[in-house]
Amino acid sequence: MRTFGTPEFLFIVYALRWTLTLTVIAFVGGGLMGILLALLRIARSRVLRGLTTFYMQLVQGLPLLVLLFLCYYAPSLFGVEIAALTAAAIALTVNSSAFLGAIWESALRAIPKAQWESADALALTPWKTLRFVIAPQAIRLAMPSTVGFLVQIIKQTSLASIIGFIEITRAGQLVSNATFEPLKAFLSVAALYFAVCFPLTQLSLWLERRTARRGART
Amino acid sequence: MNYTFQFGPLLNYLPQVVSGLWLTLVLSFVGIFGGIALGVASAVLSTSPWKPGRLLVRIYVEVTRNTPLLVQIFVIFFGLPNIGIRLSPLASVFIALVFNNGGYVAEIVRGGIEATHRSQVEAAESLGMTYFQTLRFVILPPALEKVFTPIVSQCVLLMLSTSLVSAIGVEDLTGAAMIASSETFRTMEIYLVIAVVYVVLNFVFRGVLNIAGLMIFTRSRRRLLGRA
Repeated sequence: MRTFGTPEFLFIVYALRWTLTLTVIAFVGGGLMGILLALLRIARSRVLRGLTTFYMQLVQGLPLLVLLFLCYYAPSLFGVEIAALTAAAIALTVNSSAFLGAIWESALRAIPKAQWESADALALTPWKTLRFVIAPQAIRLAMPSTVGFLVQIIKQTSLASIIGFIEITRAGQLVSNATFEPLKAFLSVAALYFAVCFPLTQLSLWLERRTARRGART
Repeated sequence: MNYTFQFGPLLNYLPQVVSGLWLTLVLSFVGIFGGIALGVASAVLSTSPWKPGRLLVRIYVEVTRNTPLLVQIFVIFFGLPNIGIRLSPLASVFIALVFNNGGYVAEIVRGGIEATHRSQVEAAESLGMTYFQTLRFVILPPALEKVFTPIVSQCVLLMLSTSLVSAIGVEDLTGAAMIASSETFRTMEIYLVIAVVYVVLNFVFRGVLNIAGLMIFTRSRRRLLGRA
């Protein structure tokens, strides 16, 4: 029987690249979709707004695990098998898009309406207003929550282990099965997540305090 | 797509799904109220003058918020037997859910307490109120009222994440679905059904918690009724 030593720990550490790969895909994909959703939520068309709200409420009301199963099994309806990585990437992207969309929508709405009106009075097109007036301020407002949600995504990638994708949680399970030392294995996994997430949480807090101070000054 | 949806075979699993739903409700209930109790207690401790207490809460909050719930469940259920603490799957997930939600609620409530103006505490002191009286009548009511919306969001998220307990074989709604899917091979059908159930639960929980909030906090109720 193997004991829990350095090679076992390194096996978990190497799996970290898959956790991070999944995180990057979900954050970039979810971010792009989230921008679109946030813009649709402040669009003039009521139909577009309604549809977007429906999508966001639906995704936010669904446990990520169920969404993951749906993404994993749905392609087999068409006779296609997809890899666990693909399924996890799609599910995490869809999930992140709804939450990031909500965060960015509220940031866009937090900019006073008078700014849209004054930009309009200066004959800026709506697109230019967004690009040069609204977005720069909204991005600064949304930064703390966005970094906070990035931490959520990192933690949510652990669910991919349930459909068999080997990231650090699954690697921990494998090591635990091989060594019969689940406590060491899972504590190592927890420590790795902590090592990645803690700096980001602190960054989010720092950004939040900075934004609050800026707000107080003006 | 040459796949015919057949929801018929699922009817046989109705009793399992209903008992799974019941367990999901119980897990959410315990997680939410246990978590709020633990969270408020931790938040109070984290703003107290007692330094070791503050440090302890800081560590607790950072650990829960920076590790995934799934790993917390695994550490408690698979890991603790290594040091002689053997818990049933159900007991493990109850502990994990309360522990997890407590950490999040603590951080939210701390924000509310810190937003209470220092002069109010000083005023209470000068009236000769004890520490616990100040807490009970001056600090906590407005603090909890201020952060009630984020707490509701957090609790709804907790309800959704109770689905993770199925990973260690607890038969909640998701666990019941896993069993039904592996026995009937009607995987898509069963997950679509429970997806709808979760979305409905999401709205029910949000509604019930918000109504509870209006019943508890008289000030926001008056504000709401005054506007109507």
